[in-house]
Amino acid sequence: MSTKINVTVNGVQYSHFVEPRLLLVSYLRDVLHLTGTHVGCDTSNCGACTIHVNGKATKCCTLLAVQADGCNITTIEGLSNNGELHPLQEGFNECHGLQCGFCTPGMIMTAADLLQHNPQPSEADIRHALDGNFCRCTGYHNIVKSVQYAAQKMKEKEVVH
Amino acid sequence: MIPAAFEYEKVKTVDEALAALSDSDTKILAGGHSLIPAMKLRLNRPAKLVDIGGITALKDIKEQDGEIVIGAAATHADIMYHNLIKKHLPLFAEGAATIGDLQVRNHGTIGGSLAHADPAADWPAMVLAADAVIELKSSNGRRRIPATEFFTGLFSTALQPNEIITEIRIPVPPDGTKSTYQKFVQPASRFALAACAVMRFTDGRTNIAFTGVAENAFRDGGAEQAIAGKALDDASIKAAVNAALQGVSVLGDHYASVPYRMHLAKVYLKKALHKVGA
Ligand SMILES: Cc1cc2nc3c(=O)[nH]c(=O)nc-3n(C[C@H](O)[C@H](O)[C@H](O)COP(=O)(O)OP(=O)(O)OC[C@H]3O[C@@H](n4cnc5c(N)ncnc54)[C@H](O)[C@@H]3O)c2cc1C
Ligand code: FES
Ligand code: FES
Repeated sequence: MSTKINVTVNGVQYSHFVEPRLLLVSYLRDVLHLTGTHVGCDTSNCGACTIHVNGKATKCCTLLAVQADGCNITTIEGLSNNGELHPLQEGFNECHGLQCGFCTPGMIMTAADLLQHNPQPSEADIRHALDGNFCRCTGYHNIVKSVQYAAQKMKEKEVVH
Repeated sequence: MIPAAFEYEKVKTVDEALAALSDSDTKILAGGHSLIPAMKLRLNRPAKLVDIGGITALKDIKEQDGEIVIGAAATHADIMYHNLIKKHLPLFAEGAATIGDLQVRNHGTIGGSLAHADPAADWPAMVLAADAVIELKSSNGRRRIPATEFFTGLFSTALQPNEIITEIRIPVPPDGTKSTYQKFVQPASRFALAACAVMRFTDGRTNIAFTGVAENAFRDGGAEQAIAGKALDDASIKAAVNAALQGVSVLGDHYASVPYRMHLAKVYLKKALHKVGA
């Protein structure tokens, strides 16, 4: 049995018939071929699959595609603006916030949610917000710096995200 | 991991949800952050899911007749960021911030957490300490049940298969009430290895609830009596800590043995009482 869903992903509207058990991450990767969203653990723990659903950071390995019907979705592919990197993307680049890069899309999408609620987070705030995102390479230190860089940059630019 | 196939219905009202629940082997889907992981592991394979995520009325948080009323489908983050909660029920804002991680808080709901009744879940201890009443609806009508009668065992509650949790009602604590949630976090899962919620009223009444310690969250009457009406000082806190957990069958597992978990629970009670006494 299939169910029809309508979603907006990175500003583009899509309509598909999907099986209710299809996970949102599989819909994004296998149906829409948006492979920037990674699957690390597939058990809601690592945060590699984090995207935004109606502006909220979401582990989409733990959401059904049918639950996202009618929602506005942003993935890492939708974060830059006409080729201009988002301050978080720039921050990870400038501050060496990644090594293998596997965790990076999820880290950035989670940090973007934090900065919406708390534009000037302390180091402790950043570490608490990234509790659900694992990195096996960097030791987190430069990830925190990358987020601080983005917060500063957004303050300077007064970019509202 | 892919769940076994199931039928799916998204409902707009509580009545529609209740009608859909009459089908056999049907489960409510709220945030899905307990149910979907269990279905992916095929620990759970319901024939049908009724998605209540679209019932906006169930997400309301409001003040009504001297009570804070929280809709069952309000997420942990909705509660944590809400001004009414920050003002009147800081216990809930403090405790919600410790649940899982930012992404889990964006989707998991208070109703889902109470219905699931994980022995280490955070909401059960908070609703117990806050004297909450849980409202349940079925096609036969509505009933309100105190949190103290809701949790009945490991993943077990007073909720019947044909019932839905609709709201959680908490009497607005009088001015001057102090509260805190103290949790020892299991670093990988972020569930509580032991946690303690305390609400201390100006008349000296002290509500003390534990989670993560036994098969279900519970109020600790012994500790409450030991401290009730007394000034919170080293001696009275020590007496409450000594009186705590009497007759409680404490859980032991590969993370924490029985004596260690008992010790942790007492240490976290002590921290909580010092915090509300400060
Ligand atoms: C990585 C991770 C870490 C977590 N860490 C914590 C933690 O530290 N502390 C903690 O407390 N929890 C934690 N959780 C659990 C999380 O809080 C869940 O979201 C919550 O327990 C269930 O809420 P839900 O809305 O997701 O419910 P669902 O998963 O949708 O449902 C859970 C159960 O409740 C039933 N149900 C849901 N809503 C209702 C209702 N209104 N009426 C009747 N039945 C209903 C469902 O049928 C199902 O049986 C964690 C989860 C994950 C994935
Ligand atoms: S893949 Fe979703 S949390 Fe790890
Ligand atoms: S950069 Fe490799 S996992 Fe984070």
